[in-house]
Amino acid sequence: MISIRNINKTYGKKGDITALSNINLEVERGELYGLIGPDGAGKTTLFRILTTLILPDSGSAQVMDYDVVVQYPQIRKIVGYMPGKFSLYQDLTVQENLSFFATIFNTTIRENYHLIEDIYVQLEPFKNRRAGALSGGMKQKLALCCALIHRPEVLFLDEPTTGVDVVSRKEFWEMLKRYKEAGITIFVSTPYMDEATLCDRIALIQEGKILDIAKPKDLIEDFQPGVFAVKTAEMNRAKNELQSLDENVEAYHFGEYMHVVTENNHLTPKAISDFLDKRGHQEVIIKRTTPTVEDVFMNLMKHASTTTT
Amino acid sequence: MQQLIAFIKKEIYHIARDRKTLLVLIGMPIVQIALFGFALSNEVKNTKLYVIDQNKDEMSVRFIEEVQASQYFDVVGYGEDVGDVDRILRSGVSQISLVVPPSFSSDLRHVNQANLQLITDAINPNVAATINAYITAISRDFRNTEMGDLKLPYTINVETRMMYNPQLKGEFAFVPGVIAMILMIICVLMTSVSIVKEKELGNMEMLLVSPTSPAIVIISKAIPYFVLSLLIISIILLMSTTILQVPIRGNIFLLYGVSSIFIITSLTLGLLISTLTNSQEIAMLISLMGMLLPTIMFGGFMFPIESMPKALQIMSNIIPAKWFYYAINDIMIKGLGWSSVYREVLILLGFTLLYMGISLKKYEIRLS
Repeated sequence: MISIRNINKTYGKKGDITALSNINLEVERGELYGLIGPDGAGKTTLFRILTTLILPDSGSAQVMDYDVVVQYPQIRKIVGYMPGKFSLYQDLTVQENLSFFATIFNTTIRENYHLIEDIYVQLEPFKNRRAGALSGGMKQKLALCCALIHRPEVLFLDEPTTGVDVVSRKEFWEMLKRYKEAGITIFVSTPYMDEATLCDRIALIQEGKILDIAKPKDLIEDFQPGVFAVKTAEMNRAKNELQSLDENVEAYHFGEYMHVVTENNHLTPKAISDFLDKRGHQEVIIKRTTPTVEDVFMNLMKHASTTTT
Repeated sequence: MQQLIAFIKKEIYHIARDRKTLLVLIGMPIVQIALFGFALSNEVKNTKLYVIDQNKDEMSVRFIEEVQASQYFDVVGYGEDVGDVDRILRSGVSQISLVVPPSFSSDLRHVNQANLQLITDAINPNVAATINAYITAISRDFRNTEMGDLKLPYTINVETRMMYNPQLKGEFAFVPGVIAMILMIICVLMTSVSIVKEKELGNMEMLLVSPTSPAIVIISKAIPYFVLSLLIISIILLMSTTILQVPIRGNIFLLYGVSSIFIITSLTLGLLISTLTNSQEIAMLISLMGMLLPTIMFGGFMFPIESMPKALQIMSNIIPAKWFYYAINDIMIKGLGWSSVYREVLILLGFTLLYMGISLKKYEIRLS
């Protein structure tokens, strides 16, 4: 469906800013594929190469067996693209935007109404409001409608949930699941690690390099280091002290807790609590917890940086 | 076709909903015509005149009345001492002093010749020269009426006939100029900004990832501005014929035809600018500094090209507005027909093809 081989892309006059380096990945038909990574990892660059908006420096990529460089007109007909930045016409109403995008893809709202019905009913009360005056979540729903209105084979969603409230994010992912079931291949990027588990498969990307590609479940199951959730009265001090405990120990904030990840299996909850007690920490809570995608990512990132430097 | 209609509809929404810009677009020609028509003028009228009459007899009084009676001068004060002149000029009471010497009427009667002294503030040389010409004309008329038909030996009388504009009305020159300028602003500035805006706001990103062809995007931008420009020309023509009484002597269809060609030239120029830049500010700057300013300077309606140095005269040929100005002048004011403007029309078409060629070559099918 989508296949990417050895894609490289640099920016800057001398090509000294590397955006993507040697990217390889395959997306199967009907998959909900997540590209997970922090801001500046190269997600948008990869999306723009796949949607034929920019050219790679080297390597090749195909979408539905069409080459992104040579056969770009075919690709532009069959993909739905939702850019990371809200790109609809702000001075046009919801209704006008939707019918405009339907027409330029040679279709009508009525023809594919069944596809967008679920979202559109939520937008209906605001259909005469200008797109610029919608809330963040509504804007994204409208943009999704516009990207879907021509029933694309592949849907490219570049950070669709950035800047959207928790409830709308959840709704958004439920919709994506439904479109996946309707047979549309979805390639989505997000900086939110918690959304990774909602994908069939994910690629973790950092500084233009793919760190790992796996099913989220496998990624977590295969994660070797132990993960502890720790809470104390003085979180920051505890974090810094734990970090210096052992070179194999990583500690970082995770919600109201902090996660202490250790590749040294001798480190037990008892050892951590003794360590913290000795330094006078109060209200210490320690529990073993199952790793999350974020823990995996942090671990991979640490290894990537130690191998490169 | 459906796509094109959708695009044009979208463009009309953009224009209609941007009320402020639309108001400026419609209001600008009206204000300019009114300004040029009533306020700004290179004719010299109602100049404040200070009179020092040292002759003070019935003839000199009659002469001063003659000066006063013309609409060009207002006598603001009388004096006797030539020494006052400097003070009067400095104080700003008047820019011009007329000294009638004591021997004025006797000289005129006996030698058929008298001298007047005119002291003018020549900071603006054009005004000073014009005033001088007016006084000369008035005094000549005065002599002729006073003396009757004198058989003077060897006189040469120059009979000037002001063709096409016998009253020397400034409106005749600036109405075509305003049309050229306004079209330049609307077509070049508005198209370039509106295309670059789509790039800047990311709309272009969506349009590129769609089956639309670039041609449709561009044509749909051009059509509404084309119609808007014709509407604005009509407003200008209506105002200038009714309020300013500038005639349209030539064929009105030819006038609109030539204007349409100039609009297309300007639209393609706007398109060219939009393909060369990615930000609205730069597009605006190029349109204003790079296009509008040369249009005003070398378009021929503000400063006569014939009096420029040779190098600038040659340079002025690359300003499309100059050719349009010539053509529209020929049609509107001189009432000439197709045979006298076809050269200008061909040149404008040449510019259009050139701009179109470069923009198509430069048009980005991807993000840059």
